[in-house]
Amino acid sequence: MSLRVLVGVKRVVDYAVKVRVRPDHKWVVTDGVKHSMNPFDEIAVEEAVRLKEKKIVSEIVAVSCGPPQSQETLRTALAMGADKAIHVEVPAKDAELLSPIHVAGIIAKIAKDEKIDLVILGKQAIDDDSNQTGQMVAGLLNWPQATFASEIVQADGGLKVTREIDGGLEVIQVKLPAVITTDLRLNQPRYATLPNIMKAKKKPIDKKSPADLGVDTKPRLEVVSVDEPPVRQAGAKVANVEELVQKLKEAGRI
Amino acid sequence: MQSVACRGLIRRFLPQKEPVSSWTTSTARLFLAGARTASTAAQPSKQVDVEEKTDVIFTNQHFEIRNLARKLIDSEINPHVDKWEAEGQFPGHAVFKKFGEAGLLGLNRDEAYGGMGLDFSYNIAFAEELGYIDAGGVVSAFGVQTDMATPAFAKYGSHELKKQYLEPAIRGEMVACVGVSEVEAGSDVANTKTHAVRKGGDFIINGHKMWITNGAQADWICLVCNTEADKPKHLSKSHILVPMKSPGVTVAKKISKMGNRSSDTAQIFFEDVKVPQTNLIGEAGMGFIYQMEQFQEERLWCAASALIGMDRIIKSTAEYCAERKAFGSAVLNNQIIYFTLAELQTEVEALRALTYRAVANYTQGDDVTLLASMCKLKAGRLARIVADKCLQFWGGMGYSEEVLISRYFRDTRCLSIAGGTDEIMLHIIAKYMGISPEKAKKK
Ligand SMILES: Cc1cc2nc3c(=O)[nH]c(=O)nc-3n(C[C@H](O)[C@H](O)[C@H](O)COP(=O)(O)OP(=O)(O)OC[C@H]3O[C@@H](n4cnc5c(N)ncnc54)[C@H](O)[C@@H]3O)c2cc1C
Repeated sequence: MSLRVLVGVKRVVDYAVKVRVRPDHKWVVTDGVKHSMNPFDEIAVEEAVRLKEKKIVSEIVAVSCGPPQSQETLRTALAMGADKAIHVEVPAKDAELLSPIHVAGIIAKIAKDEKIDLVILGKQAIDDDSNQTGQMVAGLLNWPQATFASEIVQADGGLKVTREIDGGLEVIQVKLPAVITTDLRLNQPRYATLPNIMKAKKKPIDKKSPADLGVDTKPRLEVVSVDEPPVRQAGAKVANVEELVQKLKEAGRI
Repeated sequence: MQSVACRGLIRRFLPQKEPVSSWTTSTARLFLAGARTASTAAQPSKQVDVEEKTDVIFTNQHFEIRNLARKLIDSEINPHVDKWEAEGQFPGHAVFKKFGEAGLLGLNRDEAYGGMGLDFSYNIAFAEELGYIDAGGVVSAFGVQTDMATPAFAKYGSHELKKQYLEPAIRGEMVACVGVSEVEAGSDVANTKTHAVRKGGDFIINGHKMWITNGAQADWICLVCNTEADKPKHLSKSHILVPMKSPGVTVAKKISKMGNRSSDTAQIFFEDVKVPQTNLIGEAGMGFIYQMEQFQEERLWCAASALIGMDRIIKSTAEYCAERKAFGSAVLNNQIIYFTLAELQTEVEALRALTYRAVANYTQGDDVTLLASMCKLKAGRLARIVADKCLQFWGGMGYSEEVLISRYFRDTRCLSIAGGTDEIMLHIIAKYMGISPEKAKKK
């Protein structure tokens, strides 16, 4: 096989950052906050690179939709082993309002233009947790989808994908072209090594706008409010088991 | 699917050690492995956003490298340091291999030997980031590998010798150590007695070295050794590369130390050790001079590697004192405490500025022996003051093994001793100022 793969990489607030709600309650504070590649997308890139190492994949195209800084994320993908990158630039202000249907439209269009055989996306981004883009891409392209993948192997001219489902695993066979979304246990992404980071600076990043691709990114959703979860109430100390049992009874827990 | 739908946000909003669902815990474990370890004292402060960041000597690319180093520190080192401290040794080969593969062990080394071909300021960027390691012992092991055992070798060693020993050290496949100090002579480097005589095409080496960092696991030692018996002692020494597996090399003991416990510090004996004369680094008789030259990088490295440790200790002390209540108020609210912490942080920034200046001058080709000695002196002294003053503010907790500050207190004490003592730094500084009986030789 010699597949052309598209991987989606989103720039998100780093997982280790403790996010704060923005004063206008429309989103979280992103200024001056460390960003990095969405962890599920890192897994997608890693999987594509591994498939390339196994000679199942011939070329990896990384795509990111977002503000100018998304290029950093693309550089990371290139340093991890992607061959080329496409940045669909959306100004920071608009990027906030970009929703899965827009991104799916963009990815579907690029998949066609680039003659892609396999799209690998993270199952969700850790900032908005939509978990929709992969499914929508499959819908728009009318391709088979294998979501929440924890293993991908080549089989019978297509791919055999193990999916993580509630309480177990499901194994499905998909024909190509197809869309796969990654789950946490698919692989352990590698670090981009320094020599590869340097080399990545020389790899091409193609810049496009949603309009170039004929995708309308007018917001279809309105964020009404973003709030912190309720603060956990302080616990209380009990002197002995009897008191504990009594308190639990009072609270109606036993 | 409700709990699944917003887990990313849930995870972020949660106080650190609060499991919500098994999913979140397992994700947290996988994702946060290392980034959030059990370290009770100094929490890693936030990583810089490489997209914009620069700082005097550091470009965006320096910060990119620092972030890469940080990822490896958080995943490959910090989760294990408690174990290594208890065992009295960290696995040098396994750890260096990971950093070597990432390209971090030869930042300023020639690409012909697997280096990155960058300048020394990149080594300093890496050194500074190493301050995020939760144990000083591991930090010092890196320093020996990248900036203490190798500078003279990289500069003066022959191509063949570098292919054989420098390249694997840069790849992280060989662990290096540097042998200067002896039982009878530490500060007084010129008085070291280990010697080599020429026989056929070989050197026959006899003597011993003391306090050798990485000594118990090293593959080779850059040995300072007398080869020119007829010359005065400053001109009698050479650097010789000695494979540690050579017959006659005995690692006598791993020294038990008050701090830097995860670093193996060894006493090593050399008894009729035979190495080819081609293992000579540079010119015979130049060993003392090479060593003094190499000390510049070593000392700048020492200062840089100490900065973030101090930042972290000050920060974690402030955090602890903000939570700790006494007499009805947070102890941080006592002016003596917040003033002290403010002053310490000011001093750290002053040291950082001095270090960056010395590095800037060095990378443009100046001899910075004076500034590097000042950096080393100030780093050693300041780290001791920071450790001592901060530990005090932790009260009894600071004296326990539960928190990082006690380890920090033990580890940093070494900084005023190893790599040249405070007193020796003062000697050099006074000499350069022209105020000591022995005047600096005009360059
Ligand atoms: C953890 C650790 C790791 C080390 N790693 C290495 C290593 O990898 N390789 C290596 O070669 N060495 C290493 N050393 C050795 C270190 O460099 C020496 O310990 C140091 O240079 C001091 O030498 P010394 O211990 O012999 O002290 P001494 O020279 O005996 O000094 C004793 C005291 O006298 C003072 N003193 C000496 N001369 C003067 C003077 N002229 N004026 C005023 N005061 C003076 C010193 O400052 C010190 O306070 C290490 C040491 C330690 C503790």
